[in-house]
Amino acid sequence: MSLDQLTNAAPAYNFAYLDEQTKRMIRRAILKGIAVPGYQVPFAAREMPMPYGWGTGGVQVTASVLGESDILKVIDQGADDTTNAVSIRNFFAKTANVELTTHTKEATVIQTRHRIPEEELQAHQTLVYQVPIPEPLRFLEPRETETRKMHALSEYGLIHVKLYEDIATHGHIATTYAYPVMVEGRYVMDPSPTPKFDNPKMHKSKALQLFGAGREKRIYALPPYTDVVSLDFEDHPFTIQEWPDTKCAMCGAEGVYFDEVILDDAGNNMFVCSDSDYCETRQSEGHLGPLNADYKERMQ
Amino acid sequence: MSLDQDLPLLSVKNLSHFYGQQLGCKNVNFDLYPGEVLAIVGESGSGKTTLLNCLSTQIIPTDGAVYYRNRKGQSDNLYEMNEAQQRILLRTDWGFVRQHPRDGLRMNVSAGANVGERLMALGDRHYGKIRDTALDWLEKVEIQADRIDDAPRTFSGGMQQRLQIARNLVTNPRLVFMDEPTGGLDVSVQARLLDLIRRLVSELGLSIIIVTHDLAVARLLSDRIMVMKDGEVIEQGLTDQVLDDPHQAYTQLLVSSILHVGS
Repeated sequence: MSLDQLTNAAPAYNFAYLDEQTKRMIRRAILKGIAVPGYQVPFAAREMPMPYGWGTGGVQVTASVLGESDILKVIDQGADDTTNAVSIRNFFAKTANVELTTHTKEATVIQTRHRIPEEELQAHQTLVYQVPIPEPLRFLEPRETETRKMHALSEYGLIHVKLYEDIATHGHIATTYAYPVMVEGRYVMDPSPTPKFDNPKMHKSKALQLFGAGREKRIYALPPYTDVVSLDFEDHPFTIQEWPDTKCAMCGAEGVYFDEVILDDAGNNMFVCSDSDYCETRQSEGHLGPLNADYKERMQ
Repeated sequence: MSLDQDLPLLSVKNLSHFYGQQLGCKNVNFDLYPGEVLAIVGESGSGKTTLLNCLSTQIIPTDGAVYYRNRKGQSDNLYEMNEAQQRILLRTDWGFVRQHPRDGLRMNVSAGANVGERLMALGDRHYGKIRDTALDWLEKVEIQADRIDDAPRTFSGGMQQRLQIARNLVTNPRLVFMDEPTGGLDVSVQARLLDLIRRLVSELGLSIIIVTHDLAVARLLSDRIMVMKDGEVIEQGLTDQVLDDPHQAYTQLLVSSILHVGS
């Protein structure tokens, strides 16, 4: 082999970056997680070429479940075009060469940072969550030995102490994201920092849901049609966020999860769908919100 | 019921614990009856706390057995129960008041949540009821109702200790372990706390095992006393009997070393 060939050869990545032995190990953890819904399975998380907090756990799970025929979608706070989503999508474009999409309907694997798409997921789809802190009891009980024991013995009084504190301080349960859920009546699980708006979508979802925490080295899973119940008090039942009388400024959607966008320094704002694909799909179908450029055109 | 009162609640048989080669406590035998307060006294390092930790299943002893009569009247060896059963006992039928409130309380959650935690652990899911019970208990331990939402770290030492007692008694336990509950408190606060414990004991018919090095506390609270030295029980009997007529040289020394102020 001549020298220029040696130096010019592209660095050889295994399909989807991770070597096959690592994927095997991660798939084993995933299978165990699916077998015991809500249970945090320890796994030997690898160093990934991105910082902790950028979704190293989710990326490893995605890399392990991705096949050549898969179609991948990556979202960050519901949007396909923000930094985290773009960088992870580029990462897999480079290392796995799979088909990429922004359409929820087309995707077979969706990696998400903190949102579940508005469009209902189907049985052939897999949703991969990036999880920063997998332990729902962590902020009340710092000892890992103790929290593991509490999970093992189903001692979950402590999680209600957190909700009690919310009501005592704010008059209502003020936890709005990472809202603890009970899985199949057995394990209390942190649904990653998704807004509680999305908690009901996890319940009996047709899609497989996988959770990967890279820094904490934990994987857990919700197999399809799993019972996922948000914890609450009898006299303070679980509710999701609501935006009464609010429509998406771009597509006119109601009853979805909204982002508030500040328009100027005079206090004007607008609400738009946090799920960018949902919003664009609606616009292409002819639904227009009041601040959409085409809407003004149509009005004239 | 009268039959139950005649049977020991806790029966300790030949309990010994070694930390490797180091002796913790050796050959301890005693029975504790319902409604009885037992004080374990002795100098530091005499094995009092080791014994208390063994009894409350925080440590599994090297040798011996402890039988606990549950509410159904069955007597089971604590060390043959599984960990889940032990932990259920510890947060329902038992209480544990620690010397340092920070070991027994959650310092960063409110007083109300501290009291309510055991209720929620038992499956109570009604905020209003939990709060009412918490208020009720704060009143019983003389903490003003308007402090219910304050974190215990804003409380004085005496208040923290009273809160710890409320937190433990909220599930109506039958047996409470106390490890130097008055340690580190000034005398007037100590006196109020002892008064409170005495009242609660008589109102609720609690059995208490209290570890203390303070003989005055033992005399005020306990029916029976057990004196420990170098890991062994050297003398036990009715409190007044032991303190007024100590037989062992060490107990005599202990009794005579109490400071008397005034005449």
